[in-house]
Amino acid sequence: MAGEVSGMTDISGAMITAPVAAADWLVIAPVVVPLVFGALLLMFRHEMRWHGIVAMIGLAILVGVDAALLKRVLAEGPLAMTMGRWLPPFGISFTADALGAVFALTAGVVALICAVFSFRDIGVSGRRYGFYPFLMLMMAGVSGAFLTGDIFNLYVWFEVFVIASFGLLILGSEKAQIDGATKYAILNLVGTTLFLIATAYLYGTFGTLNMADIARKADGLRGTGPLMTLATLYLLAFGMKAAAFPVNFWLPASYHTPRIVIAALFGALLTKIGVYALLRTLVMLFPVERGILAETIGWVAAATMILGVLGALAQADTRRAFGFLVISSVGVMLAGLALGSETGLSGTIFYAVHSMLTMGALYMLAGMMREFGGSFSLHELGGLYRLSPLLTAIAFLLVLAAAGLPPASGLWPKILLVKAALEASAWWLAGAILLTGFLTTIAMGRIFLLAFWRDAPAVDGRHVTAAATGSRSLGQGVLIAFAVPILLIGIVPEPVIRIAAQAAHGLLESAPYIQAVFPAGGG
Amino acid sequence: MEPVFAALVGLFFAVGIYLMLSKHVVRILLGVVIFGNAVNLLIFTAGRILREVAAIIPEGADTPVGPISNPLPQALILTAIVISFSFFAFLLVLAYRAYQEIGTDDTDGMRVAEPAGEPLPPIGY
Repeated sequence: MAGEVSGMTDISGAMITAPVAAADWLVIAPVVVPLVFGALLLMFRHEMRWHGIVAMIGLAILVGVDAALLKRVLAEGPLAMTMGRWLPPFGISFTADALGAVFALTAGVVALICAVFSFRDIGVSGRRYGFYPFLMLMMAGVSGAFLTGDIFNLYVWFEVFVIASFGLLILGSEKAQIDGATKYAILNLVGTTLFLIATAYLYGTFGTLNMADIARKADGLRGTGPLMTLATLYLLAFGMKAAAFPVNFWLPASYHTPRIVIAALFGALLTKIGVYALLRTLVMLFPVERGILAETIGWVAAATMILGVLGALAQADTRRAFGFLVISSVGVMLAGLALGSETGLSGTIFYAVHSMLTMGALYMLAGMMREFGGSFSLHELGGLYRLSPLLTAIAFLLVLAAAGLPPASGLWPKILLVKAALEASAWWLAGAILLTGFLTTIAMGRIFLLAFWRDAPAVDGRHVTAAATGSRSLGQGVLIAFAVPILLIGIVPEPVIRIAAQAAHGLLESAPYIQAVFPAGGG
Repeated sequence: MEPVFAALVGLFFAVGIYLMLSKHVVRILLGVVIFGNAVNLLIFTAGRILREVAAIIPEGADTPVGPISNPLPQALILTAIVISFSFFAFLLVLAYRAYQEIGTDDTDGMRVAEPAGEPLPPIGY
């Protein structure tokens, strides 16, 4: 930090003097693209005819840059770009590694598929209330959270996507939405405030907010700093964001209330950001403390996965049942965090990819079941097999995917997790994962049985006659777009396993990540 | 100076959490505000308090002369204040709308999204 007092000041000690290579802008492109498109949509908010198309273009570009970033990170290792020319740790470093890039890409793909369905699901009033700008700004927050290398900046991106999600949640201003949104908003605000508390203590202890800097300084501070307190606070704060038991009650209160495409986006993306942040802080920044907390995390994981699926068993409303399945899937991901081995973490990362696709698809399925059967309630649904064999086939695939049965994508991450649990001789955790799979088969199988196989129950005015056939084929197309990757990953899991293993390895061996931020080793 | 601030932060947290434990949305929101301010003070204290030494480099020098107060916590707090302020504005409107729609600010009565006594799914057919 020392500068020289002379005529010409040498700023290379404090500032980056070389211009950023054009290719390195790729690191922040996943944030810039949705931000620019979100701002564009806000400027042209009265031209609602164009909103959907502009948003689709924006999301397609987002998926493109996410894919390019992932390809580059897999080939070259972590990439960093520091803002404002200040040398890290003073400038905010965006740091993309395999973990962040694979999460960002999956999130982008899910958002793109969901946006297609929004053509049908979001009417004129939804567009007037700003569905598409909110969607783009939420994606900016989501991508930012996955790619930032600064823990305070992570807080800011959390707030960006949370406030955009508020706007999406109350789109339509129905009674149930306002009720659900009140609980969602207050509890999420408390969650991010806890995150900020932990960050304040972290700054007081480390004097830095740069994650790479924290990772390399943690060993030196382990004897004197309250690192255990920090790790526990992060576990609580991000556990709340991820909807882990016992801080999960905001999720079933709110996720079934918004429009189906918004519920699908939330169920697919938002809880996974909590899981991502847990992986980043506990595995990369505080590995020793994670080891001490492993037993606790394991019990939280087991309780979350089993209580989640038991909640799903008790629900007659398909959307609420799927909300509980989202909680259950978070429990399965936390199991890998509890184990902490490379196999376990790859299982978690793979499961997160699978879960983003499957949970998005499940909410879409609930929407299409209502389209054909006229209801979300299992008491009123029935006879859907006769109405749409195609929907039935997709639904059956999703039953297998959610339950973790072949040939869908849920099988392989569960194998990895069970294998890791048995390697660590945590038989109870392996048992919990298998029991959850069994109970999920029952919960999903019953929904399939009641809605698709049995004859339509005799309730008057059951069928929605007003829905146009065009919209149905759009919805089925969207479901096929979800089903294809789910099936493909299930049949050819090798590439995803390899990426997940590389991401897990990058978390455990943070030297390349630190090297990317501090190429000279200084700072 | 830090111990005094630490005690104050603790007091703010206690008041904030006490209010958030209430059943009434208005009190919860007041609790949220105090909770947020407790965090702001916490960041301020965590950045070490050094009174009356502004972080300004004198003319003719390239580095500050002697110890200066830490400017970074103020930037962090400013960010946090802006965010929590906008959240609070949104939550106030949301709580008012909820009161208008549901007719109560008692969380026990807010059972529209999760109605009490919903039937279990059918056992068979």
